[in-house]
Amino acid sequence: MTTATDPAQALRPPGRARRLATPPPPVPRPRRRGAELGLLVCAVGVIAYGYAAVGYATSGALPADLATHLGGLAGLALFAHLVVRFRAPRADPVLLPVALLLNGLGLVLIHRLDQGTPGDRAAPTQLLWSTVGIALFAAVLLFLRDHRDLRPRAAKYAFTALCLMAAPILFPAVNGARIWIRIGGLSLQPSEFAKVLLAIFFASYLAANRHALTFTSGPRIRRLLLPPRRVLGPIVAVWGISLVLLILERDIGASLLFFSLFVAMLYVATGRLGWLAVGLLLAAAGAAAVGALEPHVHTRVEDWLSPFRAIEEGHGPGQLAQSLFAFAAGGALGAGLGQGHSLLIGFAGKSDFILATAGEELGIAGLTALFLLYALFVARGYRTAIAIGEPFGALLAAGLAAIITLQVVVIAGGVLGLIPLTGMVTPFLAQGGSSVVTNWVIVALLVRLSDEARTPPEERPAPEAAPARPEPEPEPAAATAPATVPLVVPVVDEARPADGTR
Amino acid sequence: MIRNTRIAAACSLLLFLGLLVGAARVQVLNAPEYDANPANRRHALERYAQPRGDIYAAGRRLTGSEDTRQGLRYERSYANGRLYAPVTGFASQLYGSTLLEDAEDGVLAGTDGRLAPLPLWGDLTRSRQRGGQVHTTVVPAVQKAAFRGLRGRKGAVVALEPATGRVLALVSSPGYDPALLSGNSPATTLAWDRLGKDPAQPLLNRAIRQTYPPGSTFKVITAVAALESGIVTDIDAPTRTPNPYRLIGSTTLLRNESSGCADAPLREAFAESCNTVFAKLGATVGTQQIVETAEAFGFNDGGLSIPSPVLPSHVNTRMDPAQAALSAIGQYDTRATPLQMARVAATIANGGRSMRPYLVDRLADAGGETVARTRPAYEETAMTPGTAALLRQMMIDAVGSGTGGLAAVGGLTVGGKTGTAQHGVDNSESPYAWFISWAQRPGTAVPGVAVAVVVEDAEADRADISGGGSAAPVARGVMRAALR
Repeated sequence: MTTATDPAQALRPPGRARRLATPPPPVPRPRRRGAELGLLVCAVGVIAYGYAAVGYATSGALPADLATHLGGLAGLALFAHLVVRFRAPRADPVLLPVALLLNGLGLVLIHRLDQGTPGDRAAPTQLLWSTVGIALFAAVLLFLRDHRDLRPRAAKYAFTALCLMAAPILFPAVNGARIWIRIGGLSLQPSEFAKVLLAIFFASYLAANRHALTFTSGPRIRRLLLPPRRVLGPIVAVWGISLVLLILERDIGASLLFFSLFVAMLYVATGRLGWLAVGLLLAAAGAAAVGALEPHVHTRVEDWLSPFRAIEEGHGPGQLAQSLFAFAAGGALGAGLGQGHSLLIGFAGKSDFILATAGEELGIAGLTALFLLYALFVARGYRTAIAIGEPFGALLAAGLAAIITLQVVVIAGGVLGLIPLTGMVTPFLAQGGSSVVTNWVIVALLVRLSDEARTPPEERPAPEAAPARPEPEPEPAAATAPATVPLVVPVVDEARPADGTR
Repeated sequence: MIRNTRIAAACSLLLFLGLLVGAARVQVLNAPEYDANPANRRHALERYAQPRGDIYAAGRRLTGSEDTRQGLRYERSYANGRLYAPVTGFASQLYGSTLLEDAEDGVLAGTDGRLAPLPLWGDLTRSRQRGGQVHTTVVPAVQKAAFRGLRGRKGAVVALEPATGRVLALVSSPGYDPALLSGNSPATTLAWDRLGKDPAQPLLNRAIRQTYPPGSTFKVITAVAALESGIVTDIDAPTRTPNPYRLIGSTTLLRNESSGCADAPLREAFAESCNTVFAKLGATVGTQQIVETAEAFGFNDGGLSIPSPVLPSHVNTRMDPAQAALSAIGQYDTRATPLQMARVAATIANGGRSMRPYLVDRLADAGGETVARTRPAYEETAMTPGTAALLRQMMIDAVGSGTGGLAAVGGLTVGGKTGTAQHGVDNSESPYAWFISWAQRPGTAVPGVAVAVVVEDAEADRADISGGGSAAPVARGVMRAALR
């Protein structure tokens, strides 16, 4: 199978070769900030239409707060755009508008669901969190001038992530899972923040050690050659601890996310299908064991296998059945915003099951559009990873793209009855402050990475020129990376097939 | 690493494609099945999300909608529920709907394609129009007269316009107020349980959903069969019938409750309702002729709906002469709905032409624009006009000088036939009192109204042999109301 791809491999180099060869006369690259602004205007327009449609459907008139609402949203969009324009002028122009559109559509859907649940106003809170998220987005772009500044602190991030994930153990369980911490009236889901930190740690560690992981020379289990313990140890430890913590907290969704993220990044770093196979086998074994033993998970699996059993037993439809009913009711074009009955889903309708509302009120047409938006966002992430030409950044971008993908696929697959339901969050769309804030940080990181990826080498600031802070100059592992890596990468890629056939 | 990233990206794309396939499976492939799941409350919610269209009689609304501000938002209300329940039925959030509420549900709920300005687009978007209007043929004055006439006794009244088949009144008693069943509160459940357990069966529509042995009213059909087949050519000629009459092939002796039946001519036998004469006629004309005649009047028609579905009336197609003889006087296993017997009277009144009965005059959209209208439908010729004329005369005689005297209305020509149907083991229970009739205003070509009345508890006055005492006065009131 690897030999089949060899010719393609041989044809691939041009992009990279251009960078390696003596620089051709610089091609003026458009910065595309105008395109971004145009897309943002479109996004705000779509959201405005959504608000108006909800208002007309639920009360027969335009919502009274339409102007202030949209003014605020447009202000946020403009603010984010200006920050990008001045701090990441060459960034991918699609990332911000897509994120804003998804966030705005989420607000529309939550606002719509609020109309049916008078006692619970979630949209204002969500708007507040979105504002915090965009502020954080701006902060990341303002203070993180070069993504490589993250690298020296990767170990600290991993430690912080583990602490964050351990924190909920001290707090009471909510609906069977210990994933929240409550401070005052606020409830946070720290594993949400942990995923970005862990992605940074994985990227940093894998970037530094991917050769050792690719050309294994450590202990051998039968015919499986393992990397040296020194290399494998820390990363497996962090990953294992995070999984154990999550299992203790019964945060199935996050466990799945971290596991998959780790395997995906390991694959991107090493290209070893063997890792993928081992990962999948472990996942299958783990899932089977947890599914059989852990009652909280076990019921989820049972629900997935027979979503209508509760009906047959006379208890009425369960959540998943209601979700499927909602999707089915949407049909091709949907009932129209504000005109569906996804409120029947009840609990978690605004969070885990928000896609069901989208499916019912926007139909398969709207759902397809949503999935395409996510796919577009993710594709831009991977594109950044390919273009950045530096392993840490590439791994980080790929990891962030993978996080978004996994979140969407796991929750959408769950509510569509394709896989067992796990408490995952639909990025940007679903109710949840921690999630919105984290996802905006992901957007910020991708914008930062894409800005660097799209900046021609001759315009890049020298690594030494970049530091906004004086302190962590050294970068022991990375010090040589910027120079050597572009040379190393093609070599690895060409060497791998011979290794891959094993 | 670029290649790995590309492969990872491709995997992500595949996952998204998988989601789209999954969404298509749920939203397109399985959608009809999920939509049809009885636990899916969407139908109920959508159904009650907007006010239901109304049912009208003579331009007045019989129904209404109340905004309850609950999940199932609009609840049915009824202007004079108990009176019109046999016409409208009920539309309940818990127990479904019946009769017109059910039969015209598409129009009332706004889902009927005829209401949509662009039908195909409506199908695609699954849109729902405002509820349409159902205009019935019921005449409130006639309906009220029939309701009052029954005075709450168990029974039913149907009044038809003979020339068209329009249902002028449809009453079943004892009744119920459909408003009790509209909502979904505990009170609704309580009312449902109480009505369901009531031995008087108030929920039963006796006019179209219950059959009774027609008793002597069936003699109209026997007379038609005898005249049409040529067995009797002169209604004033003696019929050579012994009294009592012994059923062929058995030792059962049939007697009359009135005197003067021995050898009576058809006209007299009809007026006095002589069992012996008609039993003998039935045996003589034979099963086939009786069945054919009865079916020409609408018996054994399983497909009749007005559009509320009507229980078919039954005449056995395989009878020996003795059974045919019993059948000819409306006993054995012959059974008829009050609507069917009203139709018999209407067909005689209409010169032998049987018109298909209908209860809905026209359907309109929410704005009152007519979208469908029922045209009178000619069903079958049950007899020659000559036979019809003879039967009309015999029915006039039965009212004028026979058992149906209490039905006479001053100033109108009235024809009628009484009936008392024995039932129960060895006829142990109170008989059903029947009366079928028609009335004509002088100077008009065709009688304007035909009526059938059945009263179940004929007050156990068994001496009142024909039911003329219990049922005929009800018919009189109805005819008077219809032709005034």
